[in-house]
Amino acid sequence: MSAKALDKTPFLMTAPGVIFFIMLLGVPMLMTFLLSLHSYDFTTGIQPDWTISNYIEVLGDPYFHKIFGRTFGLALLVTVICVLIGVPEAYVLAHLPNPWRSVFLLVVLGPLLISVVVRTLGWALFFGGKGVLTMIASGLGFGEEPVSLMFTFTGMTIALVHVLVPFMVISVWASLQKIDPQSEDAALTLGASKLTVLYRITLPQVMPGILSGSIIVFALTASAFATPAIIGGRRMKVVATAAYDEYLSTLNWPLGAAIAVILLVVNIVIIVSYNKLVERRFAKVFE
Amino acid sequence: MSFLTLESLNKEFGDFTAVRDMNLTIEQGEFISLLGPSGCGKTTTLQMIAGLLPPTRGKILLDGKDITKTPPNKRGLGIVFQSYALFPHMTATENVAFGLEMRGVAKVERMDRARVALDQVKLGQFAHRYPKEMSGGQRQRVALARALVIEPPVLLLDEPLSNLDAKLREEMRIELRLLQQDIGVTTILVTHDQEEALSMSDRIVVMKDGDMAQIAAPLDLYERPLNTFVSDFVGKTNLIKARAAAGSQGQSVVIVDGHADTLTQNLTLALPGEALIEGESVTLSIRPEKFLMSKEGPGHKVEVQASIFMGASWLYRVNSPMGELFVTQPNTGAAGYAKGDTAYLSWPDDAVMLFSEAA
Ligand SMILES: Nc1ncnc2c1ncn2[C@@H]1O[C@H](COP(=O)(O)OP(=O)(O)OP(=O)(O)O)[C@@H](O)[C@H]1O
Ligand SMILES: [Mg+2]
Repeated sequence: MSAKALDKTPFLMTAPGVIFFIMLLGVPMLMTFLLSLHSYDFTTGIQPDWTISNYIEVLGDPYFHKIFGRTFGLALLVTVICVLIGVPEAYVLAHLPNPWRSVFLLVVLGPLLISVVVRTLGWALFFGGKGVLTMIASGLGFGEEPVSLMFTFTGMTIALVHVLVPFMVISVWASLQKIDPQSEDAALTLGASKLTVLYRITLPQVMPGILSGSIIVFALTASAFATPAIIGGRRMKVVATAAYDEYLSTLNWPLGAAIAVILLVVNIVIIVSYNKLVERRFAKVFE
Repeated sequence: MSFLTLESLNKEFGDFTAVRDMNLTIEQGEFISLLGPSGCGKTTTLQMIAGLLPPTRGKILLDGKDITKTPPNKRGLGIVFQSYALFPHMTATENVAFGLEMRGVAKVERMDRARVALDQVKLGQFAHRYPKEMSGGQRQRVALARALVIEPPVLLLDEPLSNLDAKLREEMRIELRLLQQDIGVTTILVTHDQEEALSMSDRIVVMKDGDMAQIAAPLDLYERPLNTFVSDFVGKTNLIKARAAAGSQGQSVVIVDGHADTLTQNLTLALPGEALIEGESVTLSIRPEKFLMSKEGPGHKVEVQASIFMGASWLYRVNSPMGELFVTQPNTGAAGYAKGDTAYLSWPDDAVMLFSEAA
């Protein structure tokens, strides 16, 4: 068989998947983009014209600046907290003896088996004015005033960290599995203390896992909808809920589409440049 | 006084004994090999010496001091792991300098010393490469430099050459041995390759299922193995079942029963040594290269079954009155025997080793 001859098999075999993606992801995205280029009138609805006025409105309005700022601030904070919690968690998990390791891995990953909405509603019960948090606070003698984290940035952060920490754990865990445990032994015999081994030998080797985990958590937070919608509500809008509101409350679909497109572009830009940075840093070190 | 001493060292994993009553004294500057088949406890022994595995019982003394309970980072021994265990996120120089850094050596000095150590293993021009960018042999030498640069009292090597191809392995054997003699560092090498152990060591410890089967210098071990296990594991040998017959003073007589399938008759051999108890089963061991093979006698008539040319020698499988035997003859430039040829086999008296155990 000559190398030039076009072998149809790979194309045929991937065709169902490709068609599926084009129909269900590519087409709606393209339509969203086209929609964002129309203007909207409150009496007559979507106009057949072509304009970038929606983009100018979003990019020029301090109201939207605040929402975008909040979204990416939230994404950054959630990512940092997930690193701080997820990395030690994965490390401890990897060093547990075997029956326990499997049990706790399941416990850590368990939340992923529950619907985001159900989990978030659980947090809402916990955070709410008459919720568990208030009962604990009054029980501890902090007064009878209801403590509520509903509709707060803090509440949103906590709920999102809970949802997303498993992704960090899985990512770091995968990196930890690849470490040669003898490299840690080698460092010990060269005179390093256990703590030194941890931050000079182990941590640098799981860095790729931490970084890729961060990308996942960041992207998922920046585009999160269910958790901010339930915990943040109208008072604490993020980009995804703002776009949703434009669609369903204001019925200004083109503006909502423009918001969604900007979110997508910013997300892609941040992630791609971050990935480039990471790749340049680690290309020589890891496969 | 000995430099490194193992005193009835034991390691048990649950009810499984990986190392049993290991007693060993090693002199300063000596090169010792731990040789044995897979799973016999070599790595376990090495890890106990390194401090990475606590012994169940027994003591380890280094230069007169009991170090049994000293943690690995306080022992200061140099170790080369089987997988090399280099730090993938550090360059060759940084890998080598790590141990010096842990000893508080100033940056300029440790970089200098790392460079010297890398030169010593002929890796000067690879100083800035990451492990991933180096070949197996180069990584192995970085690992060696990393272990040597801290000037350890004892160097521990866990099958350091097993990942290399045959040619490089032979080169590294010589290089490693010369380097060791140069520096004079006391060295323990773990290997399952008997050739490696024979060619590099001052003394070899043969291990079997956690026990020490024999400790001896390479030539002694090869020529005077204590039992059939050692004679079979170290070098190639022919093990022949026999039974003892009544012998006279200073002579043991054994009878090798004839084989029905080769239609041979019983063969009686008289060997130097003590008289044996009549009827006891014994095992004879003759190394393939000790035989003399000739076209016309003297000797026992044999038939060549297979003939393999090995370059420096010929390897034959022959049917003999003692059963099937392997025979090695040096290549003299003349054509060897072919399959189906008949020849005559003889051997000097002292080529036969007699073990009073059934094979
Ligand atoms: N952590 C452990 N738990 C239980 N058994 C173990 C453990 N480590 C080693 N063993 C057992 O101890 C025995 C000796 O192991 P060791 O690693 O010392 O073998 P070895 O002689 O180095 O073999 P190889 O040449 O294959 O490396 C083996 O039978 C092994 O199964
Ligand atoms: Mg081993």
